[in-house]
Amino acid sequence: MRAFFFSLIVGGVLLAGSMAEAVFVDERLADPAEETRAREISEGIRCLVCQNQSIMDSNADLARDLRGVVRERVAAGDTDDQVRDYLVVRYGDWVLLNPPFKMKTALLWVGPAVIFLLGGLAAIAFLRRRSSAGGGEAVQRLSPEEQEELDRLLRDGKEDDRG
Amino acid sequence: MRLGFLAPVLTFAVIAALMLYALFFLNPKEIPSELVSKPAPEFQLEPVPGYGPGLGTSDLKQGKVVLLNVFASWCVACLAEHPLLVKLKQQGVVDIYGLNYKDKPDAAAKWLTRHGTAYTRTGMDLKGRVGIDFGVYGVPETFIIDGEGRILDKIIGPITEHDLETRILPRVSGENG
Amino acid sequence: MVAEIGQFSLILALIAALLQGTLPLYGAHRHNMQLMNFGGNASLVQFLFLTVAFIALTIGYVTSDFSILNVASNSHSLKPMLYKISGVWGNHEGSLLLWVWILALFGFAVAAFGKNLPGSLKARVIAVQGLIGVGFLLFVIFTSNPFERIDPAPFDGRGLNPLLQDPGLAFHPPFLYLGYVGLSVTFSFAIAALIEGKVDPAWARWVRPWTLAAWGFLTLGIALGSWWAYYELGWGGWWFWDPVENASFMPWLAATALLHSAIVVEKRDTLKNWTILLAIVSFSLSLLGTFLVRSGVLNSVHAFASDPTRGVFILIFLVAVVGGSLLLYALRAPKMKGGGLFAPISREGALVLNNLLLSTATATVLLGTLYPLFLDAFTGAKVSVGPPFFNSTFLPLAIPLVIAIGVGPLLPWKRADLRGVLSRLKLAVLSIFVILGLTWWLADGGPFLSLVGMAIFAWLLVGALVEWAERIKLFRTGFGNSWRRMVNLPRSAHGMTIAHVGVALVVLGITAAETWQSERLEVMKPGESADVGGYTYLFKGAEQIKGPNYDSLQGTFVVSKDGREVVTLYPEQRVYANPPMETTEAAIYPMLSADLYAVIGEQDGKGGYATRIYHKPLISWIWIGSIVMFIGGLFSLSDRRFRIGAARRKQVPSGSAA
Repeated sequence: MRAFFFSLIVGGVLLAGSMAEAVFVDERLADPAEETRAREISEGIRCLVCQNQSIMDSNADLARDLRGVVRERVAAGDTDDQVRDYLVVRYGDWVLLNPPFKMKTALLWVGPAVIFLLGGLAAIAFLRRRSSAGGGEAVQRLSPEEQEELDRLLRDGKEDDRG
Repeated sequence: MRLGFLAPVLTFAVIAALMLYALFFLNPKEIPSELVSKPAPEFQLEPVPGYGPGLGTSDLKQGKVVLLNVFASWCVACLAEHPLLVKLKQQGVVDIYGLNYKDKPDAAAKWLTRHGTAYTRTGMDLKGRVGIDFGVYGVPETFIIDGEGRILDKIIGPITEHDLETRILPRVSGENG
Repeated sequence: MVAEIGQFSLILALIAALLQGTLPLYGAHRHNMQLMNFGGNASLVQFLFLTVAFIALTIGYVTSDFSILNVASNSHSLKPMLYKISGVWGNHEGSLLLWVWILALFGFAVAAFGKNLPGSLKARVIAVQGLIGVGFLLFVIFTSNPFERIDPAPFDGRGLNPLLQDPGLAFHPPFLYLGYVGLSVTFSFAIAALIEGKVDPAWARWVRPWTLAAWGFLTLGIALGSWWAYYELGWGGWWFWDPVENASFMPWLAATALLHSAIVVEKRDTLKNWTILLAIVSFSLSLLGTFLVRSGVLNSVHAFASDPTRGVFILIFLVAVVGGSLLLYALRAPKMKGGGLFAPISREGALVLNNLLLSTATATVLLGTLYPLFLDAFTGAKVSVGPPFFNSTFLPLAIPLVIAIGVGPLLPWKRADLRGVLSRLKLAVLSIFVILGLTWWLADGGPFLSLVGMAIFAWLLVGALVEWAERIKLFRTGFGNSWRRMVNLPRSAHGMTIAHVGVALVVLGITAAETWQSERLEVMKPGESADVGGYTYLFKGAEQIKGPNYDSLQGTFVVSKDGREVVTLYPEQRVYANPPMETTEAAIYPMLSADLYAVIGEQDGKGGYATRIYHKPLISWIWIGSIVMFIGGLFSLSDRRFRIGAARRKQVPSGSAA
């Protein structure tokens, strides 16, 4: 029962956010090149109230306001980085959907390459073991039955399918 | 070679420990303010009609700790925390300034008349630009500001008794008392 | 009454699951046939009780029994019947019930279809299924009971989130769960194999259909989810790299790797440890996804309401299942030795490359999804890891992978002549130049990535078809002979070709939709028109209409091309009352060549409406391609080797357990 009312309250709070009246529609910048830039920047700015969308992809009030801020900064002659900095100063790195490369994100950006390299080394080691006849310890002697089964499977593989 | 076989379970152990920590100590919805220990941004706003002479950055430099509460009449959660703010004002614990965020003047005035005011001064941020300068992303939010107008902390969402005990009162008594 | 029946059935199902999870394990250990066979019966009983529970909850929803808390919180008497039913799994408790029900279904399916399995293996697989069921049932009963009553019962329910009131989303969770939970069977097979200390080609053959089924459902479930996001969120996007999307994508990537590595085990009796690990990891990622979605540790649009006790419970469960199985792996896997020798350039080598790229991709998605948590935990700093990160790290892995798909199937086992194979792909290389020329001419250049994408599409499509044509000796022998060869070709071979063609189509759809889409975001007044992507959209106006449980602002766009009317689009902006919420209903006219996509937004107070119009060339092919991949999976699944051939399996040496 308490949970029920609690969710009612939470529902109410969420609603309040979206009900804030706002009837104005995005005003576009007169210069199409600037408008395009403003949109490209906006696509990389996180909508803070809607979790995982960019402000370009959100109907939320704050997202609209932030789109306005981006346009304003672009019109004022800011570079893309300056516009982003303007928001980062206020909301932190969190507003950037593309995490900037810094000490604290180094692991994130380097991670995939490291994983690929480690995996690649393991794969190469595996392939070398498998390809050298004298690969020794890893290769288990097959029992006669197993050899027969293997031959059968190989035969099988040749005649009926390769997939 | 053995290590290779242990790697998956070790990786998982790290992830599980992280999950446990995240479950108890992290709140993904709360983004701490970037402005902590920085001076409050410059602004100057008209008051909610009938509620004080307006609000600007200089009003926040009181030589003692004050609160800047971001509120709106359309915000349900603000209503939930409002009695606590009114009580703080009545008991003279701390001065509270009201930043009326993206509201309509008469709606805000009516709301304050109906629910009582907790604010020493109010300012209307009609377009929400001051809010953006403060890094506001939802209402209510409450900034704790020191005597020189520097931001000490930001409470996101309605102020709870716990917030009051651990984040507001120690600073108020520490600096003012 | 219904709720009590459901509640009671849950408890009986738990008892059945407990017996199913323990007795057969003990029986297999002691070679006691009776105890081993008991597992099958217990799995049937568990399945039946859960069916009763599931039906009970469904009745609660259909009859709008608001004395059940779950129904009151998530349903509403005015809701259309389809959404009353889909509401059963549109919430945490109900979706969990669906999950355990499917889990029990799979456990029973192993018992029913696994007649050819050796007794001890079968008993162990069913027992592991039972143990997973115990964990989930405890979770349901103690933290997420869907049958909890409220007193007094409210007059009406709170309604289902309108975003979920949608046919696409009504069926998205069941398919996704069939996929997630289907992986539990593969997992159980892996654990059983670790307990027995034996993995052989026969094992791989037994596992394959289950992996295929899970993979197919997962493919379909993810495609449905993406399709839903595409038309329901109203921004024309189809994939957002949201943590919850990632949570379904990671098991899919791992399962795809598993599907391929299991072939190596089946044909060449090697790569066993790795395959076992993938089987464990695939299901673990499904569980991790469940944790992430239901514990509230991550930000996501899809996240269920969070509750820390639930989070703790799932985490304990996760540690027991995943930690336990990975520990078992660390202890037992080193004893398993692989057989066959092969050169690096060979079918085996290609599949190893496939696995390397797919696993790196899985790990990358995992890293990106969890990194914000890591950073927050260690430094307190908050960062967002959004689509730009995933696109820029995922693409460099995906591109070589799809290029390799064109070559891999042509390589023979053991040792291959790469140059020879490439010379057989002359046609595919030629097609690249043709399509590049065509693209250049049609799209007037366009971004570089679009050329890369189109080249890959051509390479993959023609490469897959060349391989298929070679196997049936198309044009190299009489047509009748080719036909006979085609009919005799194993279904799994057709399945592979179909699935790879599906991948090619998805590449086509993604490339076109991402690089050639055009859009127009504009305030339009009635009578105005806009040209987007060669089509003219005449905005006739908008009016208020009333739906069964919502009010709606409906706009009318007459779309024409070269003066000829193509279609009229009616996008809506809906306001639901229960719960109060606004949704955007994009109007989409899907064609094979492009989607016409219109959205209507709020009024500007001066007689104009905010509108968004998108032209999405070839985007439908993303989903068509996914369905083709699913069909490929079905073809493979229907291969006779997986169903009959019990006699063959008897030849498999069975006495060499370690």
